[in-house]
Amino acid sequence: MSAIGLKDVRKSYGSVEVISSIDLDIEQGEFVVFVGPSGCGKSTLLRMIAGLEGIDGGTLSIDGVVANDIAPARRGIAMVFQSYALYPHMSVYENLAFSLRIAHVDKAEIDRRVRNAAAMLQLEPYLSRRPRALSGGQRQRVAIGRAIVREAKVFLFDEPLSNLDAALRVATRIEIAKLKERLPDTTMIYVTHDQVEAMTLADRIVVLNGGNVEQVGRPVELYESPANLFVAGFIGSPAMNFLPCRLEHQGERTLVQIDGAEQTAIAFGSGGRSGAEAGTLGVRPESLHIAEAGAALITGMVELVEHLGEVTILYVAAGLGQPVLAKLSKTQDFAKGDRVSLSAASTDLYAFDASGDALPRLG
Amino acid sequence: MTSISQRSSGGRTVRLVALVAVALLMSYPLLWLVASSFKPEQLIFSEPGLIPSSFTWANYADGWTRVGIPFGAFMLNSAVICILSIVGNLFSCSLAAYAFARLQFPFSKIAFGLMLVTLMLPFHVTVLPQYIVFQNLGMVNTILPLVLPKFFAVDAFFIFLLVQFIRGVPRDLDQAAEMDGCNKYQIFFYIIFPICRPALVLVAIFTFLWTWNDFFSQLIYLSQVERYTAPLALNLFIDATSGESAWGMLFAMSVVTLLPLFILFVIFQKQIAEGIATTGLKG
Repeated sequence: MSAIGLKDVRKSYGSVEVISSIDLDIEQGEFVVFVGPSGCGKSTLLRMIAGLEGIDGGTLSIDGVVANDIAPARRGIAMVFQSYALYPHMSVYENLAFSLRIAHVDKAEIDRRVRNAAAMLQLEPYLSRRPRALSGGQRQRVAIGRAIVREAKVFLFDEPLSNLDAALRVATRIEIAKLKERLPDTTMIYVTHDQVEAMTLADRIVVLNGGNVEQVGRPVELYESPANLFVAGFIGSPAMNFLPCRLEHQGERTLVQIDGAEQTAIAFGSGGRSGAEAGTLGVRPESLHIAEAGAALITGMVELVEHLGEVTILYVAAGLGQPVLAKLSKTQDFAKGDRVSLSAASTDLYAFDASGDALPRLG
Repeated sequence: MTSISQRSSGGRTVRLVALVAVALLMSYPLLWLVASSFKPEQLIFSEPGLIPSSFTWANYADGWTRVGIPFGAFMLNSAVICILSIVGNLFSCSLAAYAFARLQFPFSKIAFGLMLVTLMLPFHVTVLPQYIVFQNLGMVNTILPLVLPKFFAVDAFFIFLLVQFIRGVPRDLDQAAEMDGCNKYQIFFYIIFPICRPALVLVAIFTFLWTWNDFFSQLIYLSQVERYTAPLALNLFIDATSGESAWGMLFAMSVVTLLPLFILFVIFQKQIAEGIATTGLKG
């Protein structure tokens, strides 16, 4: 039995469908990250699980019980808001204790739980302060503490790090990872548009786009075998390069032909299709290297060189409209205007058909 | 450097002198009132200066008991009406404002518009119908017509003020409270109401001011001298003394009546300024 189950869940605002038929099962104790570009519906989906948004169709079940119409507070779910949503007129202690006070938990028990959470988050010295007297990171910890105090089965995080500066964001990300270790039975759902947060925190990532689930999988899975063009382009930084190509389906195999490439045609599984179609070849910037003579995949002129210390990123104009990016080790020296030939191992290439779905690899 | 700081300090002096002069000019009638309250009756209109040539407490001593009832009783009547009005306004206006700002109910937009229209309705238009209603209810010559409406959110200005304030409070707070298990009333009492404190201070102060200084509606509804408020009692000094007005005592009791307002402003000066300046909440 899954901790949270979504079946054909839908949501629309007027005639605009923001969530269209999502199916998803989340196991107890799992850390699941919803990731996607702005407006993909990830926050809406989270708020539907929380109960702050209504569900227009389908069923949401929590611990096997249909929860569509259960009030937010009775779902056993705690939420950490992007803005933290700390009550400004209450001290840290009162903020932490508030939900328990509303639930008429007895005073000694409230005190025990609040002090417990404060100890876990190193908030003890600040218990009597108001939120405005705290730093951003401390406010963030109070927001998380409110969830801990409730001893909820499920924690929801709505872009919790987006209001912090870069250094604090990394530190707090690590804090959240540690928190997950200390609460192994707590299911956590985390919304972000930052793929680094998604890759580092998640047991499983759900990639959302336009109200649809594009792919669900472990972080490495999404990186190594993206299901389609969108996921391929979304996961990884800098993003995967896409080259137009021609797919010739030949029985079990599909041959990929790229205009102007010297590299020999690469074979993928055809999935039983036949004929030919236009497709896309994908190659990650970090997979590209300088080609040996006669084996170039891409040839073009260097437009821009970015030296990042450990690596150098080349922007190569290859007549595709978009420059091709290549991440090379710093030992190689390039200047603007140089002509370069790039290639990649055939195992590092991805092929997508006309509808954007990935072709399976051979063997 | 020196010349710049000298010039700016010179400019400051000029500005200060100008401000003090205007402040004195504006407060002259008030100062004259205070000065006259310490003058013997015959000197009030014959001696225009602010500093009395002979000083007396007699106006205060005589004025306090002149009407037959100690003036303090009228002050108390005023205070009771004020306190009840403040309590009524604080709760009813903030509840109404919360409903307009946060809840969805049928015709809420129309209702909000109607409420704003009442802001533009002259008070005098409603006086007569209101009087008839209260007469039929048997409430005339009690403080109920002055106090009861305040418990039904009739001061559209305060509701509007609070609606604007509540709209500035992030909705995340409501939702966090909802997740914490609050119903709508609990969200109001535990979260919205306390957060509105700066605006509520303003509502309380202005309710006090307008009620304490009110004369017309108190005159209409209160007819028994024992129930008179301080402003009505002051009126007795002018016409109830057989053609001869007791100006000195009137001025003395006016000063007494002004004291609570003065004290209020001294105490709440900061909150009044803050309340006017606060438009939303940060951090």
